[in-house]
Amino acid sequence: MESLVLQPTAHTPSVSLNSESGVFEFKGRSTPENSVDYYDPIFKWLDQYVSSPSPKTVVKLQFEYFNTSSSKCILDVLKKFVKLHNSGSEVKIQWYYEAEDDDMKEAGEDYSDILEIPFEIQEIP
Amino acid sequence: MIDYLSIYEKMHDNNIMLTFKGEVTFDLINSMLKIIESRLDMIEGDLKTRKKVYNVLVECLQNLVHHIDTLDPGEETSPYHSKTALLMITTSTDGYHVVTGNYILNDKIEKLKNWLDEINSVSADELRDLYKRILNNEQFSEKGTAGLGFIDIARKSGQKLIYAFQPVNDRYSFFSFQITIPKNYQLASSK
Repeated sequence: MESLVLQPTAHTPSVSLNSESGVFEFKGRSTPENSVDYYDPIFKWLDQYVSSPSPKTVVKLQFEYFNTSSSKCILDVLKKFVKLHNSGSEVKIQWYYEAEDDDMKEAGEDYSDILEIPFEIQEIP
Repeated sequence: MIDYLSIYEKMHDNNIMLTFKGEVTFDLINSMLKIIESRLDMIEGDLKTRKKVYNVLVECLQNLVHHIDTLDPGEETSPYHSKTALLMITTSTDGYHVVTGNYILNDKIEKLKNWLDEINSVSADELRDLYKRILNNEQFSEKGTAGLGFIDIARKSGQKLIYAFQPVNDRYSFFSFQITIPKNYQLASSK
């Protein structure tokens, strides 16, 4: 299947979902007016990927800001990977935060608490 | 003529970074966020504080927009037509203050008041648990809101939510909301 690449805007992140390498990246801001509309094509793409995944999947999330309506969409994105993980695929989630940004670190911890999946939280090197 | 000098002086004395009264649209919000972000880059050296102010502002503005969506379609001609709102961002030695104001239907007050009081009554840890619970369990509305906004504002600021409902007439009240993002993150790290 084709990779999904979305260019960043002032209110949406850069998204790069590579089905061949299994490396998925979300980076930047997520404060769109309607988060559900924005994330919908990503959900649809992921549903397809989960049915024929790469042997190993790495999800890198590096948000600068996200609003509370995006927070639910981000959780739903991560839940797709939990499903993949539960079906026996190798899945790793990597959450990055800027040095000193305790709020973003905490946000990663919140997701890690909710989801039962290998979850790394690290400062941006 | 109106005493514009006194208006200017009042705005200066209150360290108003931005004030707006009018119809709130998504484009307008984006412009205001852009202005505030560049102002913060100039005047606030602490990354943590800068991010907190921006984050809180995003949620406050989104709350205003969401509120507008709940309006009765037949209300457009009312003087209390709540597509217009007040937004004010000021600074003081304590921190940054974000103030919003909008008309609200009286029968919606109780639910909102209970929610704000609940948020104010719990500890930081309980607030975090509440956030996680709602995030994981609640169904979001079509617009993607689930009442996480005020919890997020309380968590990011670490402050109580200050609010008032002022009666206007038998249908409407004015809802004022104020949150402070303290500057002490910076003070604490420079000690």
